[in-house]
Amino acid sequence: MPDDRNPLEGLMCPVPLPAGEKILLGHGSGGRLSAALLQEVFLAAFRNPALAKLNDQAVVDVGGVRLAFTTDSFVVNPLFFPGGDIGSLAVYGTVNDLAVGGAQPLFLSAGFIIEEGLPLETLRRVVESLRAAAKAAGVEVVTGDTKVVERGKGDGLFINTSGIGRVPAGVNLSADQARPGDCVLLSGTLGDHGIAILSQRGGLEFETPIISDLAPLHSLVAAMLEVTHSIRCLRDPTRGGLSSTLNEFAAQSRVGIVVEESAIPIREEVKGACELLGLDALYVANEGRLVAVVAAPEAERVLGAMHSHPLGANARLIGKVVDAHPGIVTMRTCLGTSRIVDMLAGDQLPRIC
Amino acid sequence: MKYLDEYRDARLARGLIADIAQRATRPWVLMEICGGQTHTLMRYGIDELIPSQVELVHGPGCPVCVTALETIDRAIQIASLPGVTLVSYGDMLRVPGSHSDLFHVKAGGGDVRVAYSPMEALKVARANPRRKVVFLGIGFETTAPANAMAVWQGAREGLGNFSMLASHFLVPPAIRMLLESPRNRVQGFIAPGHVCTVMGYREYVELSRKYGVPIVVGGFEPVDLLEAISMLVTQLEQGRAEVENQYVRSVACEGNRFAQELMDKVLEVCDRKWRGIGMIPQSGLRLRAEFAAYDAEKIFDVAATTTEEPAECISALVLQGLKKPVDCPAFAVRCTPATPLGAPMVSGEGACAAYYQYRRLAHKV
Repeated sequence: MPDDRNPLEGLMCPVPLPAGEKILLGHGSGGRLSAALLQEVFLAAFRNPALAKLNDQAVVDVGGVRLAFTTDSFVVNPLFFPGGDIGSLAVYGTVNDLAVGGAQPLFLSAGFIIEEGLPLETLRRVVESLRAAAKAAGVEVVTGDTKVVERGKGDGLFINTSGIGRVPAGVNLSADQARPGDCVLLSGTLGDHGIAILSQRGGLEFETPIISDLAPLHSLVAAMLEVTHSIRCLRDPTRGGLSSTLNEFAAQSRVGIVVEESAIPIREEVKGACELLGLDALYVANEGRLVAVVAAPEAERVLGAMHSHPLGANARLIGKVVDAHPGIVTMRTCLGTSRIVDMLAGDQLPRIC
Repeated sequence: MKYLDEYRDARLARGLIADIAQRATRPWVLMEICGGQTHTLMRYGIDELIPSQVELVHGPGCPVCVTALETIDRAIQIASLPGVTLVSYGDMLRVPGSHSDLFHVKAGGGDVRVAYSPMEALKVARANPRRKVVFLGIGFETTAPANAMAVWQGAREGLGNFSMLASHFLVPPAIRMLLESPRNRVQGFIAPGHVCTVMGYREYVELSRKYGVPIVVGGFEPVDLLEAISMLVTQLEQGRAEVENQYVRSVACEGNRFAQELMDKVLEVCDRKWRGIGMIPQSGLRLRAEFAAYDAEKIFDVAATTTEEPAECISALVLQGLKKPVDCPAFAVRCTPATPLGAPMVSGEGACAAYYQYRRLAHKV
């Protein structure tokens, strides 16, 4: 029988959506408000086993071939940032959503919503970057669409990409498969992308410029799956950051997760920027990192495979899955105490002082 | 990272914890004033590390939390007016007023923007001469100089479309109120390091002498706070009541003279209502009469409403250190950061929100 129960029910404690409510920016943050929107509007309308898994991609069987299918929209501001732009982001974002399902990405679609008045040169640069990124990731853009909206009705340029990939036999990754005793691995430093964007947006300058971690993760995933198929969950911690990803694993798998603060790699300059901006790197977006839950006996080998790949050179074992406190993520602090790592309600807001 | 790692060092922390355990021979009740300090204590579980006879209670020093509902309602009304751009520190946007919050004003088409500094509001005003740009200037003595600077600079430029809705709070009158309460339990205070960076600590010397209470100016990292606790316990055990400065890397006795002079030029002391506590005489700062042209309260004709907190909320007791957030029957049940009943749950630095965010597991919610 297909498991179409709502995996968020009872555990995510999403913020309820009151009647007469309007959409807030926080509904797009990847936190509890997003979870509420998903549950009360979208999951209420669409119910099927592939969707009910709530993974970054749906895996569907088509004539005996397991296809991964995903879609993502990109509304980043500014369009160009250190380490990438909306074009490369639109490719790698979707490639990564396929990759964390264990799929080999094959084809992409690209839809452009362009605001009247956008310089053609800007569009050319973005398209060229998108082309180069697709080539680098080994995917083909096989269909597309353009729409132009009136000035003031878009933020320069929005891009939607959908992607299809093939899931190899024996690979079965899903956020609801974490089991007590499993190990949690993180592929690299946290927060580089989010802070690169924020510093660009806020006109902040640091001695060492912070570059986005934007990268296609499918070859790293392939290297990990080559070692073992006992990787249970894989996700790229994009909006909402590591905290949202771990909370999703905990909720969907109905397990607790304990992470070690001292094991989580964060660049000094990102730490500094977070201190300055009053942000917590655990909630900052990444675009080229992945979090894996792996059966304990295989963890060392998977970690070794990650270390042998350029995108996993800084990979670390950051925590364990436990049977205590299901649905809740805790952190052992650098002082040895324990605290909850909560999912934010909406966007992380800079503090007043 | 320099100035960070050494203040989060586990070995140093363990040494200080052992020191506190060795010195404390009797129960003592200590209060940290600042919400940032509360946040650190909860985040690192410092109250669990120190011996149980040293009890930490949490003060009213979260500016977002104590900003009166009337001020939030007024900001919401002003931001909803046509032609107005309201600029605010980020965490004010989520704070619920009586019926709405600034996020909802924004979603409803209002022009509400987040800034890190009030000087950004001046930039917005310069770039949009046809819009009335209002900065929501709240905070303690920490943010007051920057807010005052924005008004002073706006006035110097003759920027006719800029104004500030000012609601500043002062820490020493709140400490005085706590100490004069017949129910006071607090025997030693950790004074807020950032406030003292601006104001220095002479005012605290007067408080310490008058009420015979030790006060240590403390920083915001775990080692800072453990050191401040150790200094307070040492004073209490030795029967001393003095002001000591733990946060020497930032605080000087005189404070920042330039900032103080600027505040004095632009702002004046007034009575101020604290959300969850009530009116405290001479505990606020408002714009001086000569800056009335930049005072949003005077420019915009929005009626002040008097609003009541839900009866169930025990925030007045929490903010005075008489109860812990977990003593409240509504905590994490009917009162959560998404559905706050009162002041200390509305911002991440409020005591209730800090308990909710980091510690509700320990209290089996």
